[in-house]
Amino acid sequence: MCTVCGCGEGETRIEDHEHAHDHGHHHHHAHDHQHGKLSHDYGQGSAHAHAPGLSQTRMLQIEEDILGKNNEYAAANRRWFAEHGILALNLVSSPGSGKTTLLTRSIDDLKEELKLSVIEGDQQTANDAERIRETGIKALQINTGKGCHLDGHMIGHALETLKPEDGSVLFIENVGNLVCPAAFDLGEAHKVAILSVTEGEDKPIKYPDMFHAADLMLLNKIDLLPYLQFDVDRCIEYAQRVNPGIRVLQVSATSGEGMDSWYQWIRATQQPALTA
Amino acid sequence: MHEMSLCESVLQVLEDNARSRGFERVKTVWLEVGGLSGVEPEALRFCFDVVMRDTLADHARLELIELPGQAWCMQCEKAVQVGQRFDPCPDCASYQLQVTGGTEMRIKELEVE
Repeated sequence: MCTVCGCGEGETRIEDHEHAHDHGHHHHHAHDHQHGKLSHDYGQGSAHAHAPGLSQTRMLQIEEDILGKNNEYAAANRRWFAEHGILALNLVSSPGSGKTTLLTRSIDDLKEELKLSVIEGDQQTANDAERIRETGIKALQINTGKGCHLDGHMIGHALETLKPEDGSVLFIENVGNLVCPAAFDLGEAHKVAILSVTEGEDKPIKYPDMFHAADLMLLNKIDLLPYLQFDVDRCIEYAQRVNPGIRVLQVSATSGEGMDSWYQWIRATQQPALTA
Repeated sequence: MHEMSLCESVLQVLEDNARSRGFERVKTVWLEVGGLSGVEPEALRFCFDVVMRDTLADHARLELIELPGQAWCMQCEKAVQVGQRFDPCPDCASYQLQVTGGTEMRIKELEVE
């Protein structure tokens, strides 16, 4: 699937990365291979081409999108998901919003009913993937090293290793960061933003790009509302300012409150993926 | 945001074009950056110099073309200019806006030799 692979400057480590694709060109791979542990690491820095020389100065029209390369990888991932009837959800939030807890709870509640797998993105450690694997489902850790977000290329390689099942739901837990992941399409069907009530209610307007890019906002930790001064209505109003079409569900991964509405959303969203 | 990786992407585009269109050095890069693209021009300039060091674009000049944020106001049914994603319509103060432009991050032109 990696039709435009520019792997030469690998800065990420993907767990248990078997590089099976043959590009027919010399290809030095800087990924640190740690077989058996399921993690991809992009922390090694890159080597760039050096091409000095002298000739006539001229102007070139380029008109090339800076994110064009990423968008090509993302489009390839999206095609692959469609062919395999996989619903891919890109979960984005700040660090500490309770993403991993929400995910483990969702998996425990849904794993009998749906086929599930997870890609975990963090700068370092495989702790989150290990937490997910304790639930008994397949999970792959990507360590972005210096990077602040997952990109389409990393996800393409992660899919080769993880091999999610046809007709399954793939959760991609992005790096905890409300800024950069907004711009990088991974090929997912939807971005789901998770905001906890222990954060500020004005986060949607402080980080508008992310809430603009998300189709669903999960307002998490609502069991803590009695102890906080958090204005739910105002938070939702802020989210709708940056994204008039955003859906908002109020949940608590700890108490379980509202989680059914989230599962209902997943089921309803999965139908088109299955019939596509 | 991530200006470092954006500059890495710029470099990749430059290297790809150097091969396909036959040039060896890049002297100037014109970048179109939309007001809603999330790119911080100062950070971009800083990262650009760092990333381009010892490459075909070493000491290249970066020219930024800043484009305004544009949106369609569903109440007024017309195009308006906005500075931020959460800005209301400058005419009717509605938040029912659909962003239509100003999210660009595009390499427009190069001076090469």
